[in-house]
Amino acid sequence: MERIEAIQQITEQLNDELIICNIGFPSRELYAIKDSPNNFYMLGSMGMASSIGLGLALAQERKVVVLDGDGSLLMNMGSLVTIFNQNPVNLILVVLDNECYGSTGSQCSYASTVNLSRVAEAVGFKNLFLFQNEIDFSEILDINEPIFVHVKVEEGNANVPVIDMEPEDIKIRFMDDVKG
Amino acid sequence: MDSSQTIYQALKNAGINFVVSLPCVNLGKLMEMVDCDRDIIHVPVTREEEGFGICAGAYLGGKKTTILMQNSGLGNSVNVLASLYKLYQLPILMIISHRGTEGEFMNAQVPMGKATTGVLDALEIAYFNPKTPENALKIIPEAWTLAEMGNAPVGILLEISFW
Repeated sequence: MERIEAIQQITEQLNDELIICNIGFPSRELYAIKDSPNNFYMLGSMGMASSIGLGLALAQERKVVVLDGDGSLLMNMGSLVTIFNQNPVNLILVVLDNECYGSTGSQCSYASTVNLSRVAEAVGFKNLFLFQNEIDFSEILDINEPIFVHVKVEEGNANVPVIDMEPEDIKIRFMDDVKG
Repeated sequence: MDSSQTIYQALKNAGINFVVSLPCVNLGKLMEMVDCDRDIIHVPVTREEEGFGICAGAYLGGKKTTILMQNSGLGNSVNVLASLYKLYQLPILMIISHRGTEGEFMNAQVPMGKATTGVLDALEIAYFNPKTPENALKIIPEAWTLAEMGNAPVGILLEISFW
C-alpha cells in the first residue's frame, strides 16, 4: 500500500478528530487528499509530531490522531515512554512505516530491522494494531487509552504540491477549530 | 523570600496551567510544588526538545505553557525552537536554571553555561535575568504576557546566585 492510500483510508474513517501530521510529504499528501481546519501540518521540527499530539490530547478532550513516520519516531523514541506514563484517553499514534526517510530520498531507516510495534509493546502500550493492506479504525475509535497503530507502507511519495499556507495561518485556523 | 516558592507564585500569578519539566538540582523544590498543584498539568519529559513539542500541542489546545529546565536543555532544543516555535509563532515561558555561572562547582557545566545567552541571541529569543526573588516575582508574569502578546518564547535565566 502506498502511504497516500493509507492516509486516505484513515481520513475516510475519521469524523472531527484533530490530526497532527508529520513533516514533509505526509503533510503534503494529507493536504492534497483532504485539507481541513482540524489538520495541523508540520513544516519543520522533525520528530515532534507525537509530542505535539500528546500535549494537545492532555490539554483538551477531543480525540487526537497523530500521523507519524518511522524515521520521526526513531528521532524521538522517548516520546513513547512519556505517552505511556501520561496515559491520555484521547490519543491515537499512527506510525506510517516505510522503513526509510521518504522525504529525503528514501534512505533506509532502522525500522527495517527493529519492529516498532514491539518497541511500543515493551514500553507498555496495551492497544496495538498492525495493518498492511486494509486499515480498519472502527474498533480503534472506541478505545479510551493510548493506542499505537503501526501501518506498513511502501516507500515513495505521491506527486502532490507543496502546502500553500503560511505556518501562522495553519496555526490560527487549527486553534479556532479546537476552540469549536 | 524563598526562591522556589517565589517562582511558583510567579507562575501562578502569570496564569500558567501546563508545565513540562526535566530536573536540575536547583529546580527540585519548584517541581514538587508544581506537581502538587491540581490546577496545573505537570508532564515530566525525557528530553527538553520533547517538552517543547508537548507544550506546543498544549498551547494549540488552549493552555498557558512553561518548561522548567537546565540551560543544557536549551542546547538540546535549538531546532524545535527555530522550526516549530519561531516558524509558527508560538509562545512559551522558559524557566531556565543557568548553570556554569558564578559559583559553579562543576567545571563540566561551564561551556554550555557560557554559550547559553549566545544561543538565545542567535534564536532572537528575549530573556530576563532576575537577580532576586522579589525581582522574579515581578518579571515572570510580565514575561508571559510578552510571550503571549508577541507569540514567541521568552526565557527567564536564573543563575546559581539566585537560589
